[in-house]
Amino acid sequence: MELILQVLFSFLFTACFGVIFNAPIKAIPYCGFVGAVGWIIYYMLMSINITEVQASFLGAFAVALLAQIFARRFKMPMIIFNVSGIIALVPGGIAYNTMRNIVELDYNMGMQNGMRVLMISGAIAMGLVFAEVMVQLVLRMFKTGRTSMQSFARAKRK
Amino acid sequence: MNNEQNVEKALDCFLLAGKIMMESGAETYRVEDTMLRMARSQNIEAQSYVTPTGIILSVGKNQMKISSITSRITDLHKIAKVNNVSRKLTVQIITLDEAYEELKKIEKTNSFLPLHIQILAASIASSSFLVLSKGYGSDMPAAFVAGGIGYLVATLIQEMTKVKFFSEFLAALVIGLVASMAVHLGLGTEMDKIIVGGVMPLVPGLLITNAVRDLMAGHFTAGIAKGAEAFLTAFAIGSGIALSVSF
Repeated sequence: MELILQVLFSFLFTACFGVIFNAPIKAIPYCGFVGAVGWIIYYMLMSINITEVQASFLGAFAVALLAQIFARRFKMPMIIFNVSGIIALVPGGIAYNTMRNIVELDYNMGMQNGMRVLMISGAIAMGLVFAEVMVQLVLRMFKTGRTSMQSFARAKRK
Repeated sequence: MNNEQNVEKALDCFLLAGKIMMESGAETYRVEDTMLRMARSQNIEAQSYVTPTGIILSVGKNQMKISSITSRITDLHKIAKVNNVSRKLTVQIITLDEAYEELKKIEKTNSFLPLHIQILAASIASSSFLVLSKGYGSDMPAAFVAGGIGYLVATLIQEMTKVKFFSEFLAALVIGLVASMAVHLGLGTEMDKIIVGGVMPLVPGLLITNAVRDLMAGHFTAGIAKGAEAFLTAFAIGSGIALSVSF
């Protein structure tokens, strides 16, 4: 029950950000779907006691993979699905808490939260970049019919 | 046709495409990639230097132009449209002139949904964040109102003053006041969760992630600049909330 609620509201949350970021209307439901998948992966991993940094990385990885698929399918730039997809994962709430701690002169808490923001956003960015690179390698492998490393080396020689 | 003139028009066209994309919040590498790809399709040699505050593009042997970028928002629709134009240009469905005309049209049109729908979306996003952060369901109406009013204030003040820091500060102040009022009147229980939900449409989580991503891709200038913008936004929101809570 809790899980269904999470799916529903993460979909709603992401789709609403799709509206705020002015995604093409056709793409908004798919943005919501991407976001819901990313969030559920994050949520399930967090519930089996995996750290938030690792969970964010894997969530962002899934978001980027799905975004790639949709981007190819609808011939739209990937950023449309990416941006709304990771919005549930990005540490906006913690970033706000950091700054609030700092302006309330609680520097210790502020530093702690600031490091969390840095680590989580770094993990998300890494997840996005890794997925992108991996998809490109796999696609190249399919095109040439070789293993990715071989075709990678070959592409570099060119 | 006069080649010199042609190159100049191409320069304007590519630069406009880059400018629109950067103003709509595209990644730095995408802007560079789009401009260079368009140039390659026209058999023009090009070099670009892209930062969040300005683009330098040189084409051919001795032509160069700078375009400064003063405002940055997230407008995915415009990015998609420019992307479409550049794709059509690279596979030679449209000519350079047609592409330039289309880009000019894209720059002028405002494709955002009406403000009340945006506010509704911000409200729903704020209240659904409470579920994601495991807050009480009974706080949802308060977050709904706080998020909507906060977004409205941010948009209106931004239009009036054009100072982003100020509009975000005031919006955060209003959100904090709404949240503390709701708690005082017994309409909400956890003030912190309501506030975090309410500021969710404003916080720069996305900017931070994009900044780190730019740094990873080797665009250090862009990454640092975006990080600074994110820091300033978070500072504005944090101080707005802190002020409202201290009342």
